[in-house]
Amino acid sequence: MSTEAPTKGVPPAGPAGPAPRRPARRGNLLVTVFAVVGAALVGAVLIAVGDAGTRAAAGYFFTYPWDTFSNAWYAVRDAYLALLEGALYSPDLSGKGALGPISETLVNATPLILGGLAVALAFRVGLFNIGGQGQVVLGAVFAAWLGFARDLPVVLHLLVALAGGLLGGVLWGGLIGWLKARTGAHEVITSIMLNYVALNLLNFLLSTRGFQRPPYGQAISEQVAPSARLPLLLGSPLRVHAGLLLALLAAVAVHWLFGRSRLGFRLRAVGANADAARTAGMSVGRLQITAMALSGGLAGLAGASQVLGVSGSVTGSVAGSIGFDAITVALLGRNNPYGVVAAGLLFGGLRAGGVQMQSATGVPVDLVGVLQALIVLFIAAPALVRAVFRLRAGGGGVGSELAGGWGR
Amino acid sequence: MSAATPQVRPEAVVVREVVEQPASLRQRVVGGAALVLTGAVTALGWGLGSGTGDATFAFGGGTAVRLPDLTVPGTLTPVVLGAVVVLLGLFQLARGFRARRGPLLVGVAVACFMVSFLCWAMSGGQAATVDVVALLRQTLFLATPLILGALAGVLGERSGVVNVAIEGQLLTGAFTAALVGSLAGSLGAGVVGGVLSGALVGWLLAVFAIRYRVNQVILGVVLNAAALGFTGWAYKALMQSDTARYNTPGVLQPLPVPVLSEIPVLGPLLFEGNVVVYLMYVLIVALQVVLFRTRWGLRTRAVGEHPKAAATLGVPVLGIRYVNVVVAGAIAGLGGAFLSVGTIGPFTENMSAGKGFIALAAVIFGRWTPRGAVAASLLFGFFAALQTLVGVLPYGSQVPASFLSALPYLATLFAVAGFVGRVKAPAASGEPYPA
Repeated sequence: MSTEAPTKGVPPAGPAGPAPRRPARRGNLLVTVFAVVGAALVGAVLIAVGDAGTRAAAGYFFTYPWDTFSNAWYAVRDAYLALLEGALYSPDLSGKGALGPISETLVNATPLILGGLAVALAFRVGLFNIGGQGQVVLGAVFAAWLGFARDLPVVLHLLVALAGGLLGGVLWGGLIGWLKARTGAHEVITSIMLNYVALNLLNFLLSTRGFQRPPYGQAISEQVAPSARLPLLLGSPLRVHAGLLLALLAAVAVHWLFGRSRLGFRLRAVGANADAARTAGMSVGRLQITAMALSGGLAGLAGASQVLGVSGSVTGSVAGSIGFDAITVALLGRNNPYGVVAAGLLFGGLRAGGVQMQSATGVPVDLVGVLQALIVLFIAAPALVRAVFRLRAGGGGVGSELAGGWGR
Repeated sequence: MSAATPQVRPEAVVVREVVEQPASLRQRVVGGAALVLTGAVTALGWGLGSGTGDATFAFGGGTAVRLPDLTVPGTLTPVVLGAVVVLLGLFQLARGFRARRGPLLVGVAVACFMVSFLCWAMSGGQAATVDVVALLRQTLFLATPLILGALAGVLGERSGVVNVAIEGQLLTGAFTAALVGSLAGSLGAGVVGGVLSGALVGWLLAVFAIRYRVNQVILGVVLNAAALGFTGWAYKALMQSDTARYNTPGVLQPLPVPVLSEIPVLGPLLFEGNVVVYLMYVLIVALQVVLFRTRWGLRTRAVGEHPKAAATLGVPVLGIRYVNVVVAGAIAGLGGAFLSVGTIGPFTENMSAGKGFIALAAVIFGRWTPRGAVAASLLFGFFAALQTLVGVLPYGSQVPASFLSALPYLATLFAVAGFVGRVKAPAASGEPYPA
């Protein structure tokens, strides 16, 4: 498995060996950087292939090869520049509008951070929450219903709606945990199934009086009352909303939970070795339920923040692909709350930039999905990145805390 | 036993009967109660809640010999069928069926429930007819990609590799089949392309899972995301730039089997498919035989249950896993080809639309056997077919389509939660080797 023979007398570094903390962390950072670079390189190839001018030039490649390369170079440069302009700063915009790209990045990052925290929290307890999608839907539905059906004072209404979103996610996630603890049903399967149940529930609600918006022609919910909306941080037309603060707060809370609290210690113990935790007298089942409930709650908040912060109503696509993107965010952030924030910002930026890239250069925004998947693939297989870029060996890949089998 | 007994003792002959266990008490009570409840709902809900009309079941299809329509009273039929299910449940509570009869019981209950439901939906006054053959044809049609995907899942998991990437393989297969089919101007080439691209995704899965030891579920999710992104990108960047050239593959035409397609009911149902459907029949049988009747299958299952023991006996664990996962990818790729060139022709964005995940559920619902996976896929296909049918029946609009489409997922939930008997995965499924 190792690419270079270990030095004599030094045991080969493996997941089991106690690795010194700091170098491993630096190695991780290097792997992350190279993963992003590698993904960008593959993306560049795709952009070049997708560029009509480059394809045309490739038709006479052998008579004049330079054309192909220059066309490809310009296509790639323009696309990535547009991506950066859409995500960070564009020289064409001035005044308040100059903050537009950053605002879009943050808007996109908010649900990714919350969802990423949800997945990361479950990962730390040895559980794979692939059901973020369903939990986001439930959170959005609960928050929206409290947002338009109740009539409450200004601040209270928002808090109630957010709590509702949290509760929706807690119920949906806790159900997965309960099924696992009680019957041993694997959380990956139950959560995939619950995703679809949630989606159908949503579709049902969107065609039901009391939830659907009059005149009942479209599959869209009623509008959330202004008193329940998350305030815009920079004012209209910039869309960045207070959900971002909520996400950052949640990251701090998760960090505190795992770093400082007794519950967090137990949860980590279950994640590290469930059998040992059981032997030490912990109720593994109850802790698993707790973990899934908390994880679901965070995902529910992501749904609530989408409804209360961005759209103001629920549609069939309210969850987008948050639940699945969140998995990649958690993996990129290596299940560390602050890492998740950074990863959420990166992917949020990619999303925001991708839209600009598509409108400016015609490169489809789907490319961002490829980049995202490749980054995570490279990070999940550190041995590959190390082999390609000749880095030193470090710890195991992300997700190695999950043994993986269905049977557990 | 002393070495001096030459004859086989009579009780050893019936060892199969001795080993076969009755259902456990918990299974009996839960299962029995569930059956009684289902029966009661069937009889009271569909039976007494029905209108006065009769229900007519037609057995259409264009065969020369045609079966007569079957008209039954809309109220009495559900009541009778419900009573049957209640009786089965009571027997399960009192005496208990054998544990291995579980799937049969569930099947009977589901069938009674569904027939009663159709009777109810048709009983709303004006004459209504359900064409059973059309319904089942639609079922098979919708189930075909699920079956192929589920077979892929079974093959992978039996050798110890969890394949969550079925969705990605279906999508890639659909995309490549349409692209290659258009470029080559040949649907055969398209199907081959779809199969090969599925195998490629399978190979990626194998390399990252086996060589780089990436967690297989995570890997599957990531491969799905990559496939979705890549096909979406290529659809917009390439296919839409020149649809006539890149995305006009045509559709595989049905090939009726000469004599067999004239059999009433079965003919139009089974023997009027396209080439992918016939390949699917072959694959179902082949996989069931290979997995349980050949040396390769024995080794595959050994590798999936206890790789270390298999390796000790000289079985090349990783080699077997590689081959199985790549072949599984190819099978799923064929399913993908069915989605595009086997159904409508051109590729559209995200055209697999979660079918890979349903196939994954079918793998588990079908208890990791080809036979079971096919049955589960057909069940899922049936519910999907039912949704479109029920909407046009007199009482049908009273049932939200969402409920029907959520039912298969709920059923899978119940199955994995062990309410209808435990489902048990191959022991080493998902575990990297060497550990």
